[in-house]
Amino acid sequence: MTPVSLYTQAILMLAALVLFTSFALLAQARMFALIRLYAWQGTLLAVTTALVAWVTHQPRLYISALLTLGLKALLIPWFLNRLVIRLGLQHETEVLQGNSLILLGAAALTVFSYYVVMPIVQLSTLVTRNVIAVSLAVILLGLLLIIVRRKAVTQVVGFMCMENGLFFAAVASTYGMPMVVELGVAFDVLVASILFGVFFLHIRDSIDSLDVDRLNQLREGDD
Amino acid sequence: MNPPADAVYPMLLIPLVGVIALGVIGHSRRAGWVNIAISAATFVASLRLALGVLKHGPLLTTSKMFYIDSFNVYLLVLTAFVGLTTAIFSRTYMLDEMKLGRVSTKRLQLYHAMYQGFLLTMLLALSTNNLGILWVAMEGATLATVLLVSLYRTPESIEAAWKYFILCGVGIAQALFGTVLLFFAAQRVVRNRHQALLWNILYAHAAYLDPAVMGLAFVFLLVGYGTKVGLVPLHNWLPDAHSEGPTPISAVLSGLLLNVALYALVRIKMLADPTLGALPGELMMGFGMLSFIVAVLFLHRQRDIKRLYSYSSIEHMGLMTFGFGVGGALATFAALLHMTVHSLTKSSIFVTAGHAAHIAGSQSIDRIRGLIRTQPAVGWGLLIGTVAIAGFPPFGIFTSEFLLLVATMQSWPWLTIPLLIGLVVALAGLFRQVQPMVYGEAMPDQRPTRTSMVPVVVHLALVLWLGLAIPAFLAQWFNHATFLISGSSLP
Repeated sequence: MTPVSLYTQAILMLAALVLFTSFALLAQARMFALIRLYAWQGTLLAVTTALVAWVTHQPRLYISALLTLGLKALLIPWFLNRLVIRLGLQHETEVLQGNSLILLGAAALTVFSYYVVMPIVQLSTLVTRNVIAVSLAVILLGLLLIIVRRKAVTQVVGFMCMENGLFFAAVASTYGMPMVVELGVAFDVLVASILFGVFFLHIRDSIDSLDVDRLNQLREGDD
Repeated sequence: MNPPADAVYPMLLIPLVGVIALGVIGHSRRAGWVNIAISAATFVASLRLALGVLKHGPLLTTSKMFYIDSFNVYLLVLTAFVGLTTAIFSRTYMLDEMKLGRVSTKRLQLYHAMYQGFLLTMLLALSTNNLGILWVAMEGATLATVLLVSLYRTPESIEAAWKYFILCGVGIAQALFGTVLLFFAAQRVVRNRHQALLWNILYAHAAYLDPAVMGLAFVFLLVGYGTKVGLVPLHNWLPDAHSEGPTPISAVLSGLLLNVALYALVRIKMLADPTLGALPGELMMGFGMLSFIVAVLFLHRQRDIKRLYSYSSIEHMGLMTFGFGVGGALATFAALLHMTVHSLTKSSIFVTAGHAAHIAGSQSIDRIRGLIRTQPAVGWGLLIGTVAIAGFPPFGIFTSEFLLLVATMQSWPWLTIPLLIGLVVALAGLFRQVQPMVYGEAMPDQRPTRTSMVPVVVHLALVLWLGLAIPAFLAQWFNHATFLISGSSLP
């Protein structure tokens, strides 16, 4: 077995932790705990970015790390927390139906992600292969979270979790997108999270609940 | 900097100023006029840019951030033009909505600011040279329009907006993953990593990109931007968002957003073609054909006038995607022409559909009857628009569909059969619904409404013109864009 550098070990460790938080999100039913897990995932991303910045000597990535920390570990979780309190959802827990099956499905999705990135193996190192597979898995798990949950807040966390997967891929496999793109994406994410907040209020006003299952007025044609 | 390249900036700055200005005064009664004035200024700026491209050829700004060639220049003008005509329609329409008490002044302010915001993202997506910015602008377009879809705050409109937000957000996230993979592949080829997302650089190096990574990237980008194009099975958001939002927004979503998303997809295909060979084309043909057939069948089941025409949009986007997928000079030329004529026709149809819904006080097809008796201009507008969109000669859609059929006959003869059957079924679906709306016995409670038929007349006249003769400069752009996309041009 070839020796693995400390940097590689650290990145793989962080990748594993990011993936773990995604699984934890799927298993978590309480709102506050969900948001806290999301904040932890954001923190892990910021640490990854800072590590990459340090190893590759790219000072601009430190800015990106700070931005990530501020936005995804502090601002958005704080904002979501406030919304949950304002909407009085503190004590709500979601009923998780067939959760062991969902978690098994999540494991299958992770294996599938590894299978999909197999063709890239030849041209790349251990780090990139694992990183791309893990980020694809995080994106798919976020998608799964959106599909299986019924509360609007959880769906938003799933949405943001997908975005984290994307960001992880960009940082760890390509050492960050160009700055202007990164700023643009951060702006979009910020606006999206504010709009989600506005939507929560609208949804609650119109259907007296944040169960998106009740949003079922629009149907096809004749019925 | 070469002087004509400067012309990009005013075109983007004017709508940006518009967002801010209308964010402040968008609630006043004159805001509709301000909206028209800003859109007109943007249109003039886009014309100036087009003249520069016509004289000097493709433009690249010194910062390399904006790149205008034959493919996007006419789409820019088209976008600014439809933005202007829809603004003209929107003024009277929104005043009517105010009178009916469906929108408050505060929401009118939001509406006007976001209208300009949407135009800004469209123009930015079309003119940028950076694939990352292209993604940011496409996501920005969703963010700008999502609150407009729920403008009326009815449970249905909020449901439509939520669906639109989540589906397009999830879809577009796939496109960002594709962009990251593309960047990953490009880093091994392009020496300066800060330029590895610039389209013109990538295009020059397209043959050296790693096929395995590109294959994966293309699939993700196809799913991502395909969601915004409205390709089946990712189309669920489209009929809801089109039917529940204010009609001017339906017109620009259908006429502009779908086009720009398809534009993004074709730009990506141009990068993927050299390494992946036939795969991108075949995937696009498959998705295009599926969308076409499914949308054609759904046309028959619609009970809401705006849903009817949004399924017709899916049908036509499917045809264009199919055309770009077939590849080759003739099919690509046909698809480019189809993008233009569909955009003009469909936005004019939504304008008349909006008027029709105001006349009947409902969007339900069963409640809209005898438009020609109640208000002949609207009735004729709807009838002629539908004739044009169904592909009757002498309108432009007939030309582009005919070219597409000929191209399919040459390369995939057996696929002309489902295409022809689909077109006939679509025709039946449209006329079965439109005939009673236009000719039937008028409902007793229908009342004529204030209309602005200028956009309809101008759009349909242009579509007629494009069906009879394509002006030389436009043909030259189409031909050159065809060459860029398919590698060969028409003789």
